[in-house]
This record gives sequence, C-alpha cells and structure tokens, in this order.
Amino acid sequence: MADLRNNFVGIKSPNPFWLASAPPTDKAYNVERAFKAGWGGVVWKTLGEEGPPVVNVNGPRYGAIWGADRRLLGLNNIELITDRDLYVNLREMKQVKMNWPDRALIASIMVPCEENAWKAILPLVEETGADGIELNFGCPHGMSERGMGSAVGQVPEYIEMVVRWCKQYTRMPVITKLTPNITDIRKPARAAKAGGTDAVSLINTINSITSVNLDTFSPEPSIDGRGSHGGYCGPAVKPIALNMVAEIARDPETHGLPISGIGGITTWRDAAEFLALGAGNVQVCTAAMTYGFKIVQEMISGLSDWMDAKGHRSLDDVCGRAVPNVTDWQYLNLNYVAKAKIDQDACIKCGRCHIACEDTSHQAITQFVNGVRHFEVIEEECVGCNLCVNVCPVSNCITMEPLPAGALDKRTGKPVDPNYANWTTHPNNPMARQAAE
Amino acid sequence: MGTTQSGILGGRLPLREYEDNFSDLHPPLDKHEALVASDRCYFCHDAPCMTACPTSIDIPMFIRQIATGNPIGSAKTIFDQNILGGMCARVCPTETLCEQACVRNTAEERPVEIGRLQRYATDIAMNENKQFYARAASSGRKIAVVGAGPAGLACAHRLAVNGHDVVVYDAREKSGGLNEYGIAAYKSVDDFAQKEVDYVLSIGGIEVRHGQALGRDFSLADLAEQYDAVFLGLGLAGVNALRIEGGNAEGVQDAVDFIAALRQSKTKADIPVGRRVVVLGGGMTAIDAAVQAKLLGAEEVTICYRRGKEHMNASEFEQDLATSKGVSIRHWLQPKRIALKDGRVAGIELDYTTLDNGKLTTTGETGIIAADQIFKAIGQTFEASSLGALQMEGGRIVTDAEGRTSLDKVWAGGDCVLGGEDLTVSAVAMGRDAAESINRAFAVAQPLASAVA
Repeated sequence: MADLRNNFVGIKSPNPFWLASAPPTDKAYNVERAFKAGWGGVVWKTLGEEGPPVVNVNGPRYGAIWGADRRLLGLNNIELITDRDLYVNLREMKQVKMNWPDRALIASIMVPCEENAWKAILPLVEETGADGIELNFGCPHGMSERGMGSAVGQVPEYIEMVVRWCKQYTRMPVITKLTPNITDIRKPARAAKAGGTDAVSLINTINSITSVNLDTFSPEPSIDGRGSHGGYCGPAVKPIALNMVAEIARDPETHGLPISGIGGITTWRDAAEFLALGAGNVQVCTAAMTYGFKIVQEMISGLSDWMDAKGHRSLDDVCGRAVPNVTDWQYLNLNYVAKAKIDQDACIKCGRCHIACEDTSHQAITQFVNGVRHFEVIEEECVGCNLCVNVCPVSNCITMEPLPAGALDKRTGKPVDPNYANWTTHPNNPMARQAAE
Repeated sequence: MGTTQSGILGGRLPLREYEDNFSDLHPPLDKHEALVASDRCYFCHDAPCMTACPTSIDIPMFIRQIATGNPIGSAKTIFDQNILGGMCARVCPTETLCEQACVRNTAEERPVEIGRLQRYATDIAMNENKQFYARAASSGRKIAVVGAGPAGLACAHRLAVNGHDVVVYDAREKSGGLNEYGIAAYKSVDDFAQKEVDYVLSIGGIEVRHGQALGRDFSLADLAEQYDAVFLGLGLAGVNALRIEGGNAEGVQDAVDFIAALRQSKTKADIPVGRRVVVLGGGMTAIDAAVQAKLLGAEEVTICYRRGKEHMNASEFEQDLATSKGVSIRHWLQPKRIALKDGRVAGIELDYTTLDNGKLTTTGETGIIAADQIFKAIGQTFEASSLGALQMEGGRIVTDAEGRTSLDKVWAGGDCVLGGEDLTVSAVAMGRDAAESINRAFAVAQPLASAVA
C-alpha cells in the first residue's frame, strides 16, 4: 500500500490533497466537513487586515463554461477575500486546528503592501497554531485594484520584499502563491525564492470573461447589467497550470523550490501529473465546488492504487519524475517518426478523423476504400501530427505508432535514422552549430 | 364491462384508462433532455444517419443546432428536406433507418435519439407557427395533385414554394392520407396530423378539394387536359381478401378500417373490440391493430403470421412494443377456416406452415384459436382501374427516378408506385422530388420570361 503521507516544507498531512484558499475554506463549518471527508489540509480563505471586512457583490459571483452534458469545464469568480471579521476567522482556525491536529491548516493572507500591515497580522495568525502561511499574490479581481493580490504578484520586486518581511516576522513556513497573469512565471518564482520563501504555490486564477449575455450584452456573471473580469479556474486551466509548474521546476534558478500545484485538479490523475511535474502536493478547489468534498476519496484511492500498480512507495518516488523530460522544442528528436494507426475493430466509422485530416491537415486518411466507407491512414501523407487521435471519439482507436529505426518512412521515402538529432544541428537551421566545432 | 366479457364491445375500460393507453407513445423531450440527447451526436462526416434517411435530412447539423440552442434553425434544416418532418419524427421506423445507422450503435449499442430530437425541433417551430418558406413569384402554372397524403402534400408544398398553383384532390373528408387514417393513435396524439396539414398548407397557393375520387368524380384525362402537370400520390385503397371459409363472417374486419376508426374517435371508448382478438399478418398494420385492440381492453390478442419472425415486415422495435403490451405473436400459422357459432366468429383454425425449398407449405397439422374478432392485415392493394393507359407493373405505377410516369405531364410517387416502400418518409421524398422534376420540366419547356425578353 502506497504511503500518501505528505511533508511539504515541514507541514505534515495524511495525504497530499489540500483544499485551496477559496470559498470552500471560508469558515469552520466547511473546513470541518472537508476534514471529515478526508482532505489532508486546507488553506483557509484569505484573511485581510484588521478592521471592517471587505464586502462582496450581492449578485452572481460565478460564471462558467460547460462541455457535453453540461459538465463544468471552467469556472470564474469575482468573490473577494474573506468578508468575515478577522478575529472570527482566527478563532475558528484555532479551534479547527485543535480538533484536527493531524491535518494541515494554512492561513492565506493578503494585506496592503506595507511592512507594518504584515508585521501586525503575522503574530495573530501564528497564535492560532496554523502550520504555515500562504501569501495571496494572485487574486486577479477587486483586490488587485486596491494594490493587493495580483497587483503585487505581477511585480517581482514587491514579491521579494513582502516575502522577506514575512520570513522576518514569523517562524511559520511561507508559501508564496503566484498569479498566472504574467508573461514569464519564472520571474515571480525567482523573486519569491530570493526573498526566502519556503515554497511557491500556483496557479492562482486567470483573468477571464466566461461569456456574454446576447440578450442584454452584459458579460457574465452579470451584476445589474455589468460584469467584471473574474478569476478562471477548473479543468480548463489545467494545461496552463501544468506548464507553469514545469517551468519553475526545470528552471535552474528555482529547481528544487517546493511547489504546491494548483489548477483544475479534478481527479487523481490530474494530481499525479502535477506531482510528476515537480509539485510536492496539490491544492483543489473547483472540483470540490462542483462535486462536494467526497471527491477526495476518489483522489486518494486512485493515486494510491496507481502508485501500487507502478511500484511507487511514497510521494517522493513520484515527485518531479517528469521534469527531466520537459525540454525546449529545439531539443526534440527530429529523427523520431510516428504514424497514426486506426484500429479497424474499434473504429465506429464516424469519419471525424477523415474530415479533420482532409479539411484541415494533410489529406492522410481515406473515406472510402473500394467504394466502402473505410477510414485508414495513408502513410505516404501522414506527418504523424496526432490531430486524428484527438478528434476521435473512441479512446485508443487511433494510436501513434513509432517507426522502428531503419524502417522506411513512406512519406519521405527515407529510412528512419536511429540517431538522435535536433534542430540545433539541423542543416536547415541557419544558426546550426557545427558538431565539429 | 371489463375485458372478460365475450363479444365485440365498446367501453370495456374506464374512460381514464383509454386516455392513458392512447397517450403519446414517446413523450416529447423537454429542453434539458434534448440538450443531453443532442450532446451525444458526434457530428459525423458524411454521416451514415443522413445517408439512411430517405429524405436525406442533414441530421448532424440539425442536432448540432439543437445543442447550440437554436431549435428554430434546426427545424428549418429538417423542413428544407422534409416538410412533414414533424410526422416523420413520430412515425418513422428510426430503428431501421437513421438510428440503425448511427455510429453510437457500434460505440455503445445505443443510438442518438434522432427521431425524438427531430420532434423536439419541429414541435418548437410549429408551435410558434414559424414559417420558413415564401412563395416564388407566380409562374402561372397550375398542377393537379391527386391524394393529400404524405407524397401529395410534400409535392404540393414544394410546387407552391416554386410559385406554382396547386389543386389537391382527395377522396376522404380530411387531408393527411395515412398520417390521418393509417397510423396508430398513440403515435400521433392531439390531432397532430391535421395541425401538420394546416402548417404545410399555410404556404399558400394550394387548394384542397375533399371528397373527390379519381375515377369517380374526375378522370386522369380530365386532369391532364386542365392542368399543366399532374402528380398522382394515391394510397392503397384496396385490401387483400381472405379467401377461406367464413372469411366474410361478422366479426372479420379489415385492420385498416379499425385503425382509421380509432384515429377518428375522440375517446376511443366507442370503438368496439372483441374479448379474444386474432390479427392476421406480419406488417406494421398488424402490429398497430393488435396493440390498439389490447389497449382497448381485449383480454387476449394474438398475431398470427404465416412465416417466421425474421420475415415479418414489422420492425423489431414494433414487435417488442406489441409483446410489451401483452400481444402474443405466433409464427408459421396460416388461416384455414373461420369457425362460426350462431353466424358469428367463434375462432379460427390455422394450418401450421413451413418452408420447403424456399416455398411455403402447410405441414398438415392444424390448430384452433378461440376468437370473437379477427382482423385482416394481410396486405393492401392499389386500385388502378381508373388510370387508363398509364404503364403499370406488379399492380403499381412505373416511374423513373424523378417520378415521371409513362404519360407526358404525369408524375407519381408514394405507395402507388413500383418501389414504394410503405413509409411516410419515402413518400415525402418521392413527392418532393417529383415537384422538383415538374419544376425543371417547366423551366425547359418555357424559359423564364426574363430570358426570353
């Protein structure tokens, strides 16, 4: 049985599944339910400074996009940080931590970008017994207009400065949460590291408008006929998040910096992928908001069963395993040749591979053979692009089959070269470096 | 009164039970159900469902339009190919047409619910009385259409769209043909057939004359003389006779008359039915009669077919429907003699049959089934006596692929032509295509005025 216990920058939890700082972690009631369901930890919804709390809109806070059967694929929100009194939150956090000593409880914090503001709140949080803090430098709506959230996260110098204050004024581990609303995610990560952060967590939500009401011409979610960009999350953002996690994991300057992976994690598979790309644990929100807290049980059993099947004994066996395989395009092996292959027994003859290839790609899939509807790859034309695989409604019906070394590539008329060769040495590359040099 | 009293009686059931029994066989999809169902369509390229549809409706397109919240656009996609798409959505044997071809069968043995989705879109458009077609400028041509059934209506509509004036003649009191008189009541509730006729005719330029029968009130020669073209969309008015002892006894009825009477009855309680009913035949008419006899409160209903299950014209779905309603289907039984008691039907004696070198023969064994009512559903015939010189074959009118008959100016389509498939949707396709053929013939005969000027 795989060991799912997680030790993330010294913060221990029975499994690597934390609930991200968000509506599900706004108060003791929800967090108690989450822990009962089995979540390994929670990042308490972001605390603001002492005083009158922020206010939220009183209309819709969420927008969404859906896939088939109205499956929620992407969610956006315009909710701000906690709108409850700071001391109410602190009291509840303390009680919950006492009730659940084996679970991780992290306080998310967002206060103005002033040293005194941070200096004031950190001891209050520390007093609750929280296991760590997460600096909310990511929230892209509302708070950013007031110089907080992503307004800080988009300026590496501010990140470094605030992280430094936090490390100075608390003994608690510091996790710096990064915004994806930035060109190069490595810059804020490097800044956080320079400031002494213990870890980064990413991604926060992405600036977005989910839809426009075509009757009223208001963006959704619509508040009295007007809308504002919200933070986008859910399954749709996972690929963006995976890339950003990988970028930090493989950057020589931040390599080894602990990462808490966030972004559209819905199943154990998603979680495993984040771990493989270098995340030390994961945070989940939208999946819980869609299906309730029980989904963590699927995540735990799925991850555990997969690890057992593959012989991974602990999370350390998995963490970062895919990072060495992430590279730049220029280092990809140009001598690798794969061709699509259609399993005729699995084919349901929908014709989507044909029309995708015919209309938009390389005319490499038949529609008729001897007058009969029949979809087959024309190897002479197939460039191995994989589009057919992706549009096929039957999984594993079309597969990409690598040609063995020496086999004839019918498209080029040449045998497959067994040697690795990439763009840096390709004759068509004007910048090609001579191997001899 | 109940189901166990012998004799042919109405009012066997409480009124409410009739209402339940004859309610919509497939209730309409609501919006959510339609979205879920439409999500399952793969938008196949050169889709097999579309190929399987006799009217070639662009099924993936109309389903995608439903999925994207555009049921009105969806209805237009359907009506462009099939102006009777609403009825076809209800009565098409989709399980042997579009839904049989659906690739989801291969994927998971459950097709996209094409028929019900088609009904969803067409119902919305028709309930809003959304008209998609405007008549072209008047051509000055006048066409006679004989028969206001699916073929005739489809032909008339397409002719009207093209700017021609149409007069439709029909022997019955109402338009619709088999849609009105020949379909099980639970497949077309709420007087849908008449609503559809009204919807089709609202294009304008179509005059319908009821109670006008070819050969009785007018001749084909009259029409050919008075009109620029004639389309024959006649149904099968005759039924095959049961040539056995007692075949004309009281209690032996034509299934088509029974079905027609049921459709014209409001409550159904006034339609008498036997306690023990035997239906002879293996097609859709046999199923429709048997199921409805059961729904009227008959205690026992047995379909007797002289060949095997695999030879039945009724689809698998229809056979299952019948058995699910409590109808027994028996095979390899051929009627031998009607047993009478006091001049009324008391039962039927049947020969057991078998195939001997492909030829149907009796085995010598017989059996008797008690019955007080027997329905004949052993085939209909085309009464062609009034068609004069028109070339016929196998009792049906011979046409080319466009519906042209052997006579100049005369087209035909639907059940009356050779190769007619006894399907509403095929009749619609033939009527529509004949209209286009007529339109082309006019264009060739006399180029457009502008071209001449």
